Amino acid sequence: MKQSVAVTVNGTQREDLVEPRMLLVHYLREVAGLTGTHIGCDTSQCGACTVLLDGRAVKSCSVFAVQADGRSVATVEGLAATGTLHPVQQAFWNEHGLQCGFCTPGFVMATAALLEQNPSPSDEDITKGLEGNLCRCTGYANIRRAVRSAAAMMGGQAAAPTGSPAAAPAAAPAATAGS
Amino acid sequence: MAVTQMVGARIQRREDPKLITGHGRYVDDITLHNMAHMAVVRSPHAHARIASIDITEATRARGVVAVYTARDFRGVLAGAIPVTNSFVPDKKQVPDQFYVAETEAVYQGEPVAVVLAEDRYLAADAAQLVMVDYEPLPAVMDLEKAMRPDSPVVATGRPDNIAWDTEFPGGDIDAAFAEAEVVVKERITQQRLFPIAMEMRGCVAEYVPFDNRLTLWTSTQVPHFIRLFISGAMGIPEAQMRVVAPDVGGGFGSKIRPYPEEYLCCAASKLTGRPVKWNEERSENLVATTHGRGQIFDIEVAARNDGTLLGLRITQLLDIGAYHGVFSAFQAVASLVGGGCYEWKAVHGHSIGVFTNRTSTDPYRGAGRPEATHLVERAVDLVARRIGMDPVEIRRKNFVRTFPHPNNFGLVYDSGDYDKTLDRALEMVDYPALRRRQEELRAQGRYLGIGLSTYVEICGLGPSAATAPAAGIALVESSVVRVHPTGSVTVVTGTHAHGQGHDTTFAQIVADALGVPYESVELRHGDTADTPFGYGTYGSRSLAVGGVSIARSCQKVVEKARRVAAHIFEAAEEDIVVDQGRYHVRGNPADARTLAELAFATYGPGLPEGMEQGLEAVTYFDPPNFVWPFGCHVCVVEVDPATGAVHIERYVAVDDCGNVINPLVVEGQVHGGVAQGIAQALFEEVRYDDESGQLLTGTFLDYLVPTIAEMPDFELDRTVTPSPTNELGVKGIGEAGTIASSPAVINAVADALAPFGITHVEMPASPDRIWSLIKEAQS
Repeated sequence: MKQSVAVTVNGTQREDLVEPRMLLVHYLREVAGLTGTHIGCDTSQCGACTVLLDGRAVKSCSVFAVQADGRSVATVEGLAATGTLHPVQQAFWNEHGLQCGFCTPGFVMATAALLEQNPSPSDEDITKGLEGNLCRCTGYANIRRAVRSAAAMMGGQAAAPTGSPAAAPAAAPAATAGS
Repeated sequence: MAVTQMVGARIQRREDPKLITGHGRYVDDITLHNMAHMAVVRSPHAHARIASIDITEATRARGVVAVYTARDFRGVLAGAIPVTNSFVPDKKQVPDQFYVAETEAVYQGEPVAVVLAEDRYLAADAAQLVMVDYEPLPAVMDLEKAMRPDSPVVATGRPDNIAWDTEFPGGDIDAAFAEAEVVVKERITQQRLFPIAMEMRGCVAEYVPFDNRLTLWTSTQVPHFIRLFISGAMGIPEAQMRVVAPDVGGGFGSKIRPYPEEYLCCAASKLTGRPVKWNEERSENLVATTHGRGQIFDIEVAARNDGTLLGLRITQLLDIGAYHGVFSAFQAVASLVGGGCYEWKAVHGHSIGVFTNRTSTDPYRGAGRPEATHLVERAVDLVARRIGMDPVEIRRKNFVRTFPHPNNFGLVYDSGDYDKTLDRALEMVDYPALRRRQEELRAQGRYLGIGLSTYVEICGLGPSAATAPAAGIALVESSVVRVHPTGSVTVVTGTHAHGQGHDTTFAQIVADALGVPYESVELRHGDTADTPFGYGTYGSRSLAVGGVSIARSCQKVVEKARRVAAHIFEAAEEDIVVDQGRYHVRGNPADARTLAELAFATYGPGLPEGMEQGLEAVTYFDPPNFVWPFGCHVCVVEVDPATGAVHIERYVAVDDCGNVINPLVVEGQVHGGVAQGIAQALFEEVRYDDESGQLLTGTFLDYLVPTIAEMPDFELDRTVTPSPTNELGVKGIGEAGTIASSPAVINAVADALAPFGITHVEMPASPDRIWSLIKEAQS
C-alpha cells in the first residue's frame, strides 16, 4: 500500500514510505517534522501551506507527497537555515507584516518565489503574486509594504506605490529598538 | 526622575522572528506519544430527530480506536455549555446544550459522534461509516417568522423561539419624539459573518489514567475560562487540570468560549486512556465555530430641522442560533452604546433574542459595538440627507463635548475630543476639495461617495461594578512581576496574545516602570500552570486592564526595592530617589544601587526587620470604569453604475486610543480592524438556504474573504487624549478599526448613490445588490 518517496527537503535528501493519498503538507509536517508549513483551509484558497517545489511556489495541500518524489522542496524553515533571516523574512519583521503569524510562512514563501521571478514587482505584480494567500490580521497593507521593502533589500527596486497618497505618519519606516 | 524610553517607542515585535521562520508552536504542531486522532461526525441537517446511530462498521474500520456517542460521554461529562448573563440576566429560556447531540440535532454541524483512530486520515475515513438515521424536521430560519406564536420550534419541548425580550430605557423617549420636526426610520441588517481566524480550532487532550490529571492544549483566547468550565464538567479539581494556549493563530472573538469539541476531546482521552488530538477542518470551522453579527435593527430617529438630534429608538432582533452562545447576549450592548458620540434627549433599546436552526452567534471583533456604530452613523447621515445638511455639520452640531459624560444609560464616557479627530481626518482628505471633485465628477456621470464615521467605543472590559451585575463576573485582570536574583524579570499576565503583540508591548511598559533593560523582561501568558487566574483577551481589554495590572505590580516592586535601598543606605525611605532603575539617597546620585543589585539583596540575609525575601508582586486590577476610544474614519469610494462595483479610492483613519505604547502595533491593529469592517461592508455574508437550513457558503470558494487585491492602503493618524481611568492613560485599539469602518464605507456608497435617490444600502454592498438598487431607482 505504502510507496517509497525520495524527496530533498531544504537541501537534505529523505526517503520515506507514505500512503499514496498523503498530502505533501502532511508529509512535511508529520513525516519530516517541519511544522512551519500550516494548513488554513481545505479548498486551496488560503495559501498558508505554500512551499517551493523545484523552486516554484505550490500549495502543498494540493500536491500529493508521491508527486514530490525525486524533487526538491523548500519550506520556510529552510530560508533562514544559516541563522540569518532571509530578506523577505527581515522585511516582514521590519514592516509589521504579520500579527498572529499563522499565514506568514505561506506569505513568506510566496513572496520569495515572486521576487525570484520578478525582482522589481509593481504593486499590481505584488497583488497578482499574493492574491492566493489569505491573511486575516494585517489587512494586507503592511504585507504589500514588506514585499516592496524586500525587493529593495534584494537589489531589485519595487516600483513606488502608484496613486496611493500614503503620506500619513503610518508610512514612516519601522525603526529598531532605540535603547 | 524617570525618563520614558520604551513606552511610545516604535519597536519591532520580539515575537516575530520565530513566527516568520516557521518556529511558532501552534496546537497542531504538538504531537504526543501514543496519540489518537479524533474526527467529529456532524449533523448534515439543520433540524432532525436522531432515530438511531449505528457505529458497527465504523468501529471495525482500519485503525479505529473507538467510536463514542452521547451515551458514552454522559458517563464522563456533566452539565452543559455555560451561558452568561451578558447584559440580559433575565432570559426567557436557557436550554441546556450537551456537548454532543443525543436524540435531536438542531443545527447543521452539531456534533453527533466522534471517531478516534491512529491517524487523521483513518479517523476521517471511519467518520464516514457512522450510520446515523435522521428524520428531518422543519428548520426555523427566518427571524420574524420564528417569533410568531404558530412557528415551529427550534427544538422539541421548547415553548417558543424567544430567548429574551428586554427593554433598555434610556430617558423619556416619547417626550423626545413629541418634540420631533423630522422622523427618519430605517431597517438596517447586520448579516451573519464568519470570524475566520486563519488557524482553525484544535486541541490536544492528555488525561493520565490513575493520576486523574488532565492537560489540554487548545487554540483559545481564554485558557483559564476553559479550565474552569471543563474541569467542572469532567469532575476534576481545577488544580489538577492544566490548560495551555500556545501560539494561537488569531481569534477575533471566536475563541473566547469553551466549545463542545474541547469537552469531547478531554472526555475521549479519559475514555481511551490515550492522548487525543482534534483539528478542525475549514469546512467544519465555517459550519461549527460560532458566527458573528446576525441581527436586524429597526431604528427610528427624532430630530429638529436644524439637525439637533432628539431621540433614537432601536429594536434589535438577534439571531442567536439553536442554542445561546456563551456570550450571545453581550451583543445587546448595541442599544447601550447606540447613541454613539452624540447628545440625545433619550435613547430606547429593545432587544429580542431569537432561536433559529443555525450555529450559535457569539462575539466577533467588536461584538455589538460595530452594530451600534453602524446604526447611529447611518442614522445621522439619514437625518442629514433628509434635512439637506452636510454630514460633517450634523455631527458637529450634536457631538458630546464635556467629559466625563454619562450617556443615556448611565455609562460614563471617560474622555474625548471628537472635533479633533474629525478635523484631522477632514484635513487629511481635504474635504472641501473632495466635495468639489464629487460635483465635477457627477457632472461627468461618475459617482464618487464620501463616507464619515465618527465613532466612540466601550472597551477595557471591565469594571466589576458594571460587569458583575451584567455578566455575573468580575472581568478584572491579574499580573505577577517577579525580579530574579540576577535582575531579569518574569512578567506573568492573565491576558492572552494571539497576534496583538503583548510580549513586546507589555515588556515596554515594564522596562520603563522598573527602569530595567527591555531585553531583560520576559512575558509569560497562556498556561494556567504558571499564571494566576486570568480573564483572557477580548473586548480591547488587554492593555487597559492587563497592562495596568502589570504597571501596578511594577509599582509594588519598586516600593519594596525602595525600602531595601533605604535599609542599605541607612536612610529614610522618603529620601530615596528612584531614577531609571537606579536607587540613591537624594543629593548623592554617584552612590546608587541598580534594581538588579537590590533584587539580589532581597533574596539574601540582612533585610529590614519583618521583611520577607524575594522581589515580586501580584495584582488583580479592577478598573474603575470602561475606557472609551474614539475617532473619525473617512472612506472615499467610486461606484460604477454599470456594474455596481465599489472601488475604495482612499481610506483615512484618525483614531484616539489614549497614550500609545507602540505605534507600530497600534497601526497594525487599525489596519486589520478596518479590513474586517470593509470585508463586512462589501464582501462577506454567511448564507443559509431558507427552507432546508443548509449552509450555502461553506467554503472559501463561496464566502468572500478579502485578498490583497481587495484591500487598499490605509492612511492613518492619531490624536492622543489620555484616559483618566488608569494611570497609563491608555484605552484600547484592537476592535476600533472594525467598529468604525463598516459605516464609513456604507455611508460613502450611499453618498455616491445619492443622485439616484438611494438613501440606504445593506451589507454586503455587493455589485449585484448595488446594480439592482440603481435599476430599481431608475424604474
